[in-house]
Amino acid sequence: MPCKILEKERLIPGQTSKLVIDAPHIAKKAQPGNFVILRVCEKGERIPLTIADADPERGTITIVYLVMGKSTALLETLDAGDSILDLCGPLGKPTHIEKAGTVICVGGGTGIAAMHHIAKGHHKAGNHVVAVIGARSKDLLLFYDELSSFCPEVLVSTDDGSFGHKGLVTDLLRQRLETDKSVSEVVAVGPVPMMAAVAKTTEPFGVKTTVSLNSIMVDGIGMCGACRVSVGGETRFACVDGPEFDGHKVDFNELRQRLAAFKPQEKASYDHHCKCTCAGEK
Amino acid sequence: MTATAERKPAGGRKIAPRVDMPCQPAKERIRNFEEVALGYTQQMATEEAKRCLQCKNPKCVKGCPVEVPIRDFIGQLAKGDLEGAYRTIKSTNSLPGVCGRVCPQENQCEGACVLNAKGQPVAIGRLERYVADTYMALDACEHLSAKLTCPAVDPELRVACIGSGPASLTVAGYLSSRGIKVTVFEALHEVGGVLVYGIPEFRLPKSAIVEKEVQALRTQEVDFVTNWVGGRTFSVEDLFAEGYRAVFIGVGAGLPRFLGIPGENLTGVFSANEYLTRVNLGRAYAFPDYDTPVYQGRDVTVYGGGNVAMDAARTALRLGAESVRIVYRRTRDELPARHEELEHAEEEGVILELLANPVAFHGDEAGRLTGVTLQRMRLGEPDASGRRSPVPVEGDTYELPTDLAVIAVGTRPNPILLEATPQLKLSRRGYIEVDEETGETSMPNVFAGGDIVTGAATVILAMGAGRRAAKEIRRRLQGGA
Repeated sequence: MPCKILEKERLIPGQTSKLVIDAPHIAKKAQPGNFVILRVCEKGERIPLTIADADPERGTITIVYLVMGKSTALLETLDAGDSILDLCGPLGKPTHIEKAGTVICVGGGTGIAAMHHIAKGHHKAGNHVVAVIGARSKDLLLFYDELSSFCPEVLVSTDDGSFGHKGLVTDLLRQRLETDKSVSEVVAVGPVPMMAAVAKTTEPFGVKTTVSLNSIMVDGIGMCGACRVSVGGETRFACVDGPEFDGHKVDFNELRQRLAAFKPQEKASYDHHCKCTCAGEK
Repeated sequence: MTATAERKPAGGRKIAPRVDMPCQPAKERIRNFEEVALGYTQQMATEEAKRCLQCKNPKCVKGCPVEVPIRDFIGQLAKGDLEGAYRTIKSTNSLPGVCGRVCPQENQCEGACVLNAKGQPVAIGRLERYVADTYMALDACEHLSAKLTCPAVDPELRVACIGSGPASLTVAGYLSSRGIKVTVFEALHEVGGVLVYGIPEFRLPKSAIVEKEVQALRTQEVDFVTNWVGGRTFSVEDLFAEGYRAVFIGVGAGLPRFLGIPGENLTGVFSANEYLTRVNLGRAYAFPDYDTPVYQGRDVTVYGGGNVAMDAARTALRLGAESVRIVYRRTRDELPARHEELEHAEEEGVILELLANPVAFHGDEAGRLTGVTLQRMRLGEPDASGRRSPVPVEGDTYELPTDLAVIAVGTRPNPILLEATPQLKLSRRGYIEVDEETGETSMPNVFAGGDIVTGAATVILAMGAGRRAAKEIRRRLQGGA
């Protein structure tokens, strides 16, 4: 059953957009950490996207995506009023949230949006949430206002120093862990190198570290095993055992390699798409 | 084979040899995804139907998990009554076009046929397929339609099926033709379960067969809801709260089993579920016209010996692999695949790497699969199941280059619905425990059947389980026998 897009906001024009989608059945059940699988058109691929926010009363979910291949390029052609052909969820195990004191939520790039829902969950559970977010520059920073609306602290780093700390999120994280012994958990969502760096940073401090993995998925409902990751030497499935795992146990190198499994095909598909759209087809 | 198989039964009638079914030539078919077996012509079907002895006490029916009145439909067909034959099959089987293609008939109806004593049973599967295909291909105006005999559906008598594979479709067919309103919830975007994501197009055409069978159910007012995940989008309790009177769980097989050997997570190593889902559900054979990609593979190795392994191997050939090997730790005699699949695979050039067991996959620096080490095996003593178990030949290992490995060694239960429904009592192996007679689970009015009860099995066994549960559901909702 197609789901209607109610709002679209181009967060970074041509690169990252936010959609608010009418999906009461998903909104009712969605919890922090959950994701959806969607398909844009009849010949489309199933792709997983993390739920950035859910409003059960309004019956909506929010997703944020980076245009990086054919499926997200197709999604980018949709506007408010259009519908997403297939939307399935909420999938994955929800984030384990309990009242634990101070929780640092680290987000990078589009991962900030996904982290937002988790941070909100921790906030609602009564935790002191410190958001640490990073981007290449100020213009590319997502969800600063949204996070500021409930997080008592939002720490920012940019590669070029255009906003906040000039450097990496892990710099801010390390400083904080050195001075603040009350931190009970660190959650990281973002590109694989960032999550790996976060896990490496927190390890000497012995702080529980949760990462949300963005493995390749096909069905997303525990059937195909495409999303398998090695966690503590065991094979686990991101779609049904995750997507969140103990960051200190994830084999990030393997994850990085598996994420690159279809790079040539992804490029071929995207080029094919560009050729077709330039030729006036859709 | 034909001459030796001729025999004279008690009546003294000479039985003609079994009529072969035409196929696409192997050389041609490995270049396309179109159906391999082409089906009988009318003349072939009539000739084959006339071979049936019309036994007083037909054993074939006892061999059929959904109790198709086989003798009767073949009798009707032999007399040229196609519609009658179709109605007869449909009276117990919601998916004749599917069963005629994918049932392991040699273990079911044809295995029980009295003519099987000489290896020449009536080709029941091919006849069933002929009836279904020919009937469904009739012009709409010619359809008198079995629908007319169905009672009106009572909107108050609602039953939900979770999953839309063969078990649920059977429940839907049985109940809807008896006036009960059925809604089928499917987690994927397409209806049909394993018929759509698992069995390849060249063995079971999706739009020509599966979609038509589903469409036939729609005309019986069965509703299908896609993208709804039992245990995530809704719970079993939600369904009862919404007014459903009974729930059937047919969520099928789940997480793939892997081999547990080094290198298994290299890119290029796929579970059969992933490989086949990409190609079948995602139509990856038509990439980049369709968006879902798959690896083409040059030297493909497939691990396992069942129908799924055959499907994966034959798919790899069609996608353009240079060599495709099925690596199996026992011998040819123990291969569990359906006879026809093995025959077709070998005709197409699939190589059997028998008495071999993988011990490690190897990759390059980028984590891409390049080869496999295999352990030579021999057959030892029979195990508990009576099959001789394979044992390693000490010190005898060898290497094979492979850039695409497909692991087809079975599945484990899918955890999603089971974790969300802790009230369901599970077996020791983690599957749903049911009453054997009724298919009812430990939750009242919640039934289950198919792979989520038995572990990976066949389409027809799932349908049999669906039929048993459906009978009980009908009895509870409408009373009577």
